[in-house]
Amino acid sequence: MLQKTIDDYEHIRFLFYMDKTLALKSNTKLMIQTDTIVAQSTPTGEGAIGVIRVSGPKTIEFVDEIFYGKNLKEVDGNTVHYGKIKNENGQIVDECLVTVFRAPRSYTKEDCIEISCHGSSYIIQEIIRVIIAKGARPAKRGEFTMRAFLNGQLDLSQAEAVADLIASDNAASHQMAMNQMRGGFSDQIKELRQELIDFAALIELELDFGEEDVEFADRGKLETLVTDINAVIQKLIKSFQYGNAIKKGIPVAIVGSPNVGKSTLLNALLNEEKAIVSNIAGTTRDVIEDQITIEGIPFRFIDTAGIRDTDDTVESIGIERAKEQITKAQIVIFISEIIEDHNEIINEFKSLNIRDHQKSVILLNKSDAFHTCHSYDVEEAVSTLTGRTPTLAISAKQKTRIEELKSTLIKLTGSADFRDQTIVNNSRHYDALFKSKVALDKVLHGLQSGITGDFIAMDIRQALHHLGEITGEIHTDDLLDSIFGRFCIGK
Amino acid sequence: MFPIYDVIVVGAGHAGCEAAAAAANMGSKVLLATMNMQTIAQMSCNPAMGGVAKGQIVREIDALGGYSGIVTDHTMVQFRMLNKSKGPAMWSPRAQSDRMLFAGKWREMLEAHDNIDFWQEMITGLIVKDGRCQGVHTGMGIEIKSKSVVLTNGTFLNGLIHIGEKQFGGGRAGERASIGITEQLETLGFEAGRMKTGTPARLDGRSLDYSKMEIQHGDDEPSKFSYTDTPTPNKQLPCHVTYTSPEVHEELKTGFDRSPMFNGRIRGLGPRYCPSIEDKIDRFADRDRHQLFVEPEGWNTCEIYVNGFSSSLPEDVQYRALRKIVGFENMKMFRPGYAIEYDFFQPTQLQISLETKLVKNLFFAGQINGTTGYEEAACQGMMAGINAHLKINEKDPFVLKRSDAYIGVLIDDLVNKGTKEPYRMFTSRAEYRILLRQDNADLRLSPLAQELGMQHMEDRITRVDQKNASIKEIKKYLEKYSVAPESINAYLQEQGSAPLKQKQKLNSILSRPHMSLHALMEVLQEVKQGLSNYDAETLQIAEVELKYSGYIQKEQEMVDKMNRLETVKLKNDMDYHKILSLSAESREKLTQIRPATIGQASRISGVSPSDISVLLVHVGR
Repeated sequence: MLQKTIDDYEHIRFLFYMDKTLALKSNTKLMIQTDTIVAQSTPTGEGAIGVIRVSGPKTIEFVDEIFYGKNLKEVDGNTVHYGKIKNENGQIVDECLVTVFRAPRSYTKEDCIEISCHGSSYIIQEIIRVIIAKGARPAKRGEFTMRAFLNGQLDLSQAEAVADLIASDNAASHQMAMNQMRGGFSDQIKELRQELIDFAALIELELDFGEEDVEFADRGKLETLVTDINAVIQKLIKSFQYGNAIKKGIPVAIVGSPNVGKSTLLNALLNEEKAIVSNIAGTTRDVIEDQITIEGIPFRFIDTAGIRDTDDTVESIGIERAKEQITKAQIVIFISEIIEDHNEIINEFKSLNIRDHQKSVILLNKSDAFHTCHSYDVEEAVSTLTGRTPTLAISAKQKTRIEELKSTLIKLTGSADFRDQTIVNNSRHYDALFKSKVALDKVLHGLQSGITGDFIAMDIRQALHHLGEITGEIHTDDLLDSIFGRFCIGK
Repeated sequence: MFPIYDVIVVGAGHAGCEAAAAAANMGSKVLLATMNMQTIAQMSCNPAMGGVAKGQIVREIDALGGYSGIVTDHTMVQFRMLNKSKGPAMWSPRAQSDRMLFAGKWREMLEAHDNIDFWQEMITGLIVKDGRCQGVHTGMGIEIKSKSVVLTNGTFLNGLIHIGEKQFGGGRAGERASIGITEQLETLGFEAGRMKTGTPARLDGRSLDYSKMEIQHGDDEPSKFSYTDTPTPNKQLPCHVTYTSPEVHEELKTGFDRSPMFNGRIRGLGPRYCPSIEDKIDRFADRDRHQLFVEPEGWNTCEIYVNGFSSSLPEDVQYRALRKIVGFENMKMFRPGYAIEYDFFQPTQLQISLETKLVKNLFFAGQINGTTGYEEAACQGMMAGINAHLKINEKDPFVLKRSDAYIGVLIDDLVNKGTKEPYRMFTSRAEYRILLRQDNADLRLSPLAQELGMQHMEDRITRVDQKNASIKEIKKYLEKYSVAPESINAYLQEQGSAPLKQKQKLNSILSRPHMSLHALMEVLQEVKQGLSNYDAETLQIAEVELKYSGYIQKEQEMVDKMNRLETVKLKNDMDYHKILSLSAESREKLTQIRPATIGQASRISGVSPSDISVLLVHVGR
């Protein structure tokens, strides 16, 4: 149902779907960790320096053979050494700094070396080549992190965060991945887990110790408890949509009649920001995507073909596609020329059939050619008659009120709600939280309809089980500990 | 003097008796060795069988052909179905037995079996040759040979009794401790541990004022444990309830400095759910009273068991505190409560069959495995007895899955997780408790026992077949029977349930919350007539299966999912230390436990889901 975003990390993720693993095991190859692996760690392209990472049991042996300086076999871990790297013909490839990490005190928990050399791609490739010639093999993408994970350096959510960190190309998703890697996410889930355990313990108490002289929680109190827990989960679930958008860029469709100023608007936004990340041709000639980062949040602007009634077959195909783009967007910018008859603008806007979960902005362009005092009247009328849709009279050409448009867009992402809050940004966590919530909804329903505790407990266990996919399994002993810690049990 | 026995059972408590009976009923020649023939099947603590989760176990033992249920049915002085206000999976039978009749009935049943011989003496050692257990040594220096041995030593191995500052060796009040076996097992490489349990004072019932206490009667329509033709009691004795008070607590506190619990003299691990009265006062200081059950020990004795007042405080402190309890003002004591420390062996040293990993043909059952409770002991004894028989006949062990029985949960927990405190069964330990009900233990297990070759199962199997057929008939009836609005709307409204607009099948009315078949039968006399041929238990199973079919189905799906992991085998010689991607802890645990399947591995404490994934990858390679 949910698409994984980073394919390289499929192999880490699948490990955690036991069932799937069972199904997949025949075509699974275990990464053999007796190999020593090597890869460039800095991005490709010319830079001042380049870093090459080597990891595995023979790391120090291989690098020592090509390194002319201190005997690396004898140096301590976590030390840096200056020297020259020579190829098999004795020619100096480069002067380098070599950082030696000894197992288990390294990122991968294996012996590990990072070679800092000059940033020419020739030098980097040549060094990698000689190390491979000594017996190492090129690392697959993500393999260092895979090893860090398999060797117990990182827990799953941390490993996934590293993957996200590598792939993050904007401030917000970088921040998110950093938080998660440092364990912020795990902490909140741990709290949630404890609350659920304590709740489940109350139900189990009633079942296993119904004969004991302790006070049992009444149904009303249990309902309140589960509702509170559910609210926390719900907030995390909601953050996923935001988190996901941050990773991929928030899709924004710009729609309006031809020649209304869509391209000019886009250019106004782009020129201001000078932060074009990509300029990808869309799947069709008439849909263009541009990515712009505003206040650290990436937006993907989709410029669509003009929408108008037409008999032209070719153009109508383009219009169909434009409409399709609208349904995919999270924010729709409707742009129209500013005119006296606001009803016409409103009718056109309404004909877009923007759905409830989508946000929209109405831009009234070419205000420079319109009386200023009138433009505010029209703006007010349009906004009022479209249920307070944010409406701005602008001039794309003169770049007026572009800053206001930007802050409106930021507001519409809802990012303020998620400031300082844990954001769920991977689909496995989302899935687990979602299933926990479904189970807890059943608990709530069960409590309300007076179903006995043994059945309610079943649904709680489901919730614990799903949450356990993020936090590690939850055992009966956890429940019993909670019971014995809080209640005087025993005759 | 002795033949070579198939199975020697050491100890004749609940585990030993069931072990002897099971092995004998499988066809083995059995010697039951006990230090004292007069204390066979002694109820050392509470004179009661069953309770929440434990009652289910007794019914499971009975369904498999064991004797505990039969003995209890014949000797009970009171029966209660606990948890009746909870769902059907929680209903738990509990009975008070006459302590002396209980032991007598057990001895009578064992003596009636031709395959069982008896020997009264302390067993001081095992004959072990080539890593195989081949018999026992006795205190008098006799060697008795056998093909297998089941150890069920209870609290007797180096038992040490504490009362205040006094301590003395003993396996039970007034009985000697057993010495030698622990020491020998340690030299064989076993790791021994120490546990602690306790028991309350016994009082003279003639000295108590019951008029000041609450009375607690047995059920009006008492049920029973056995699926065979045992009697239900036609008369019952009541229990009484009284409470401690701040004055009692103050009196007890005067002895805290002499308490072996608090001054560190007791080092063994005690059960958290069965705390002594001093522990309760200490840990839950805000509570100004604790409930006490005043339970009769039998029909013809005035001896009283004070449930809830387990203590190892000095006897004079116990005495003064007891006398401050309402109704106990003139109390006379028969004997004080005490704590006992004893040796046990971490059950992770056992295979799932309860055979030890270190010595072949040697089986452990009961408190020696770190459990507590008669029922827990009895079911292990039965399984050890069955598996000893199967082992010497070179057959695969009989293993119950967690989805088969509470017995399966118990043994799986023990051998995979070990235990930090005396292990007691709780329903929350079972993943599939909707399936593991007390009303269907026979349907779940009796066919398995018959297939195994357990003798005397015919009667139970006939009933199982009959029960299954009846359940089908009842369900069919409920699914077909149409209810007219006028015949039931008054009742529905009274219950706050929406009235019918047109005819509806009885089945769908039953599915509504707060509707029970029992109540509907009272309202619809025709249905009562139509179902009059069926007994209450069978009606209940049919009702549960219809009313909660969604939950049952869901649980069944979980079982199937788990069982898929159970089918992925792990080789016994797997070198876990070479799999570096496993955590250090799980490498250690897997090497120690050597699980047979991935499913079993997943339940070992310290083995995380990611370790399981790594194992799966390895196995799939």
